Amino acid sequence: MSEYAVIGKSVPRIDALKKVTGEAIYSGDITLPHMLHGKALRSPYPHAVIKRLDVTRARALDGVKAVITAADVPGFKVKSELSCPEAPHLARDKAVYAGQPIAVVAATSLRIAEEAIGLIDVEYEELPPLLDTAEAMKPDAPLIYPDLFTNRFGRGPTGKDNTPGNIAWHVIFERGNLETGFKGADLVLENTYRTQIVHQGYLEPMAAVADVDGDGKITVWTQNQGLFTARGTIADFLEVPLHRIKVMPVEIGGAFGGKTYQLLSPLCVLLSMKTGCPVRMEMTRDEVLAASRPAPGASITVKMGATRQGQITAISLSMFFDEGAFPERPYSMNAALTGIGLYRIPNLKLEVMDVLTNKVPAGSYRAPAAPPAAFAIESQLDLISRSLGIDPLQLRILNVAAEGDLLPNGAPLPRVGFKETLLKMADTLNERGKSGNRGIACGFWRGAAGTFAASLYVNGDGTVTLATGVADVSGSRTGMVQLVAEEMGLPIETVAIATGDSDTAPYADMSTGSRTAYSLGTAVVEACRDAKAQLIGRAAKILEKDEGEIEYSRGVFRVRGNPDKSITLAKVARSSLFSPGEGPVIGRGSVGMPPFAPMIAVHAAEVDVDKETGKIKFLSYVAAQDVGKAINPAIVEGQIQGAVAQGIGWALMEDYIFDKGVMQNTSLLDYRMPTAADVPPVETVLVEVGSPSGPYGIRAVGEPPMVPVLAAVANAIHSATGVRIKELPMTPEVILKALKAQEASSSKG
Amino acid sequence: MPESNGDKIELNIRVNGQNRVLTVEPYRTLLEILRYELGLTGTKEGCGSGNCGSCTVLLDGKAVNSCLVLVAEVEGKEITTIEGLSLRGELHPLQQAFIDEGAVQCGFCTPGVILTAKSFLESNPRPTETQIRRAIAGNLCRCTGYDKIVRAIMRVANQ
Repeated sequence: MSEYAVIGKSVPRIDALKKVTGEAIYSGDITLPHMLHGKALRSPYPHAVIKRLDVTRARALDGVKAVITAADVPGFKVKSELSCPEAPHLARDKAVYAGQPIAVVAATSLRIAEEAIGLIDVEYEELPPLLDTAEAMKPDAPLIYPDLFTNRFGRGPTGKDNTPGNIAWHVIFERGNLETGFKGADLVLENTYRTQIVHQGYLEPMAAVADVDGDGKITVWTQNQGLFTARGTIADFLEVPLHRIKVMPVEIGGAFGGKTYQLLSPLCVLLSMKTGCPVRMEMTRDEVLAASRPAPGASITVKMGATRQGQITAISLSMFFDEGAFPERPYSMNAALTGIGLYRIPNLKLEVMDVLTNKVPAGSYRAPAAPPAAFAIESQLDLISRSLGIDPLQLRILNVAAEGDLLPNGAPLPRVGFKETLLKMADTLNERGKSGNRGIACGFWRGAAGTFAASLYVNGDGTVTLATGVADVSGSRTGMVQLVAEEMGLPIETVAIATGDSDTAPYADMSTGSRTAYSLGTAVVEACRDAKAQLIGRAAKILEKDEGEIEYSRGVFRVRGNPDKSITLAKVARSSLFSPGEGPVIGRGSVGMPPFAPMIAVHAAEVDVDKETGKIKFLSYVAAQDVGKAINPAIVEGQIQGAVAQGIGWALMEDYIFDKGVMQNTSLLDYRMPTAADVPPVETVLVEVGSPSGPYGIRAVGEPPMVPVLAAVANAIHSATGVRIKELPMTPEVILKALKAQEASSSKG
Repeated sequence: MPESNGDKIELNIRVNGQNRVLTVEPYRTLLEILRYELGLTGTKEGCGSGNCGSCTVLLDGKAVNSCLVLVAEVEGKEITTIEGLSLRGELHPLQQAFIDEGAVQCGFCTPGVILTAKSFLESNPRPTETQIRRAIAGNLCRCTGYDKIVRAIMRVANQ
């Protein structure tokens, strides 16, 4: 028997019914009377001066209602292009990536808008694009921006450089003494690994609808990972106060970090302001791939030393991220904090840089920075385990960091069940028996925390309604309803959740970094406890007792020691509305940045490699994870399985193919994501080592299962073939080439 | 909505059991007509080029990518969208199975996968897991890793 009535049960998602019937509304489904259609003209060049931009012919086309360029953006003359992050970045004097919007049209139909785009006259002067991080980092490299100054953090001077460059962030963390560490090692291995640019691959393309009314009130429907963050971006971009903007809640067709940006809605609002009509903009899939915000490519050099017994003595890790043309989401800090995983490393140097190039700007993707880092670290550990003849799980157990150990930034590590998860995986694999085709890898995510509020309304019939402003990208509404039912001791059918708009909902940060269930959950539990305390006060008055004498259980308040004297929650709730007194009961919860609850995942991939074709077939895939406490195991499993599929895409097939800085494979045929026929059933093993902070010991789930996949697959390929691949994606072609090279060298040897 | 070019044609189709007469430009796709003329927004556009399956509908019972079908091709035909699967307030067994098995996450691919599965199970009522995986390989899902979708379809097949 579970200790909880509702938590830990796989109840169906509350949004599932509307999604299987087609009733669920996504931003692109919104149609308003007199709505116009917006379309962007995008730069065909990765780096080009805009010598002339003439929209006269486009404006004159019948059906065109407005054409806007950077000159229409408030403050464009005085603001730096770098001062408003995560905005659409209409090109001003020059385009800095292929796909950057140059001008935007609103017309009475999409076809007219498209025709108008073709009538915009632009004279470009092409500049040589910076397409390689090594080139862009050189001191004499041409500058993408005259006013980008490197942010330094960690060792040495902290703050901004005085001279401009193309490096946005440079982070260094150090501990112990590397030289001593490597001296104390019996085995030192150094390798460079590369990971490619990949897209989050959400199925719903970006879309937004904006409507500005006569009072200047702005209403926006846009998919986002946070209503309030979307509102903030629009406000910054258009220099409008927050209270004039209302962002409506809509269903979100997949996000994975990729919808933390507002690339369309600020433009839609501006078009609606100019025309007085509502405006809808949608990206085509080509635009989504070429011009939204994919994860950056990375180059990772790792040097690792270990004793014969398998103790890691030192790690030096240096990573360069190809951030593309805007420093919107620096990866370096995440990389520095999560890069070495959850190992106890006495001597350490982490150096990470975000380097700008003339490619599509990089954005967040599920556990930003951690999968590339883990690809390098976990591949390297695998090589060490092979060299030393130590079982890969055992090698990791030997080096596990424990509670109180310091993270690279000096923060102490709270309790996390790494060892428990490794041991659980060992048991699971023992049951399955030995396999020569298996690869093990681990993934660490330190967690994130946010600022969230929640209100619980106690209705007159004893049902309750939870109000939040959360963007549900992972089933969080269902989890929150379960938390409320548990806390309030009510049947789940009597709990409703309402996602308000940004005018009416309690504040919620973005749903990112795997923090929603954990941080919002903390606020929700607080709101429930607040409501309960108020209800106990009311019940005490009605029952004419002191509050301390009242106990509450499952919808009934009873006098302690006198169970016959009782009143139901429904009656107390009703009396709050219809009797003189304190009035309606509203529970309030608010949380600001609770402590991080780190997470760990341990994966085992088993593959078969066709030596004729280089094609990989999965024999099995096991994903174990410390989830703290699974509020809804089915949702947790679904998140893990989805992350593994994404990781398999990253490991084996997905890639950005550029020709002179212009992405060539902008369709889902050429940017190939895994289908049901490509991925195996993923067996999940949930380990529950409760987090010391957060309600019910919950941790987060979404990011960690993405982290180990790249290395787990590479390590499995090594087991199956003896070939080590250090560059992604490991396509059949790459594997075949590696197999041939191995054959050639062994026949020579 | 006025269009700048193209003569309109009269189109007679049967959508979710109802006869509809529309006057539309012949170059428009079935997807556009369903979403914007008939307001059936349960059919989603994920790529517009037949690579993702989000816009799958049944055309005379067969699953098609509605983004690749021009209206001129559907005269006199019967179309079923996701809204037509539960018309009388009762869910189709596939819809129920998707809810119960946790096969729905963001939900954007869901209508298309359900319709593909319906068409597939009608021609192949007792499929293996491998056959199911192949049958839905034209429907991309980025959230679930497909496992629970496959299980939901398997459950209906075994009923």
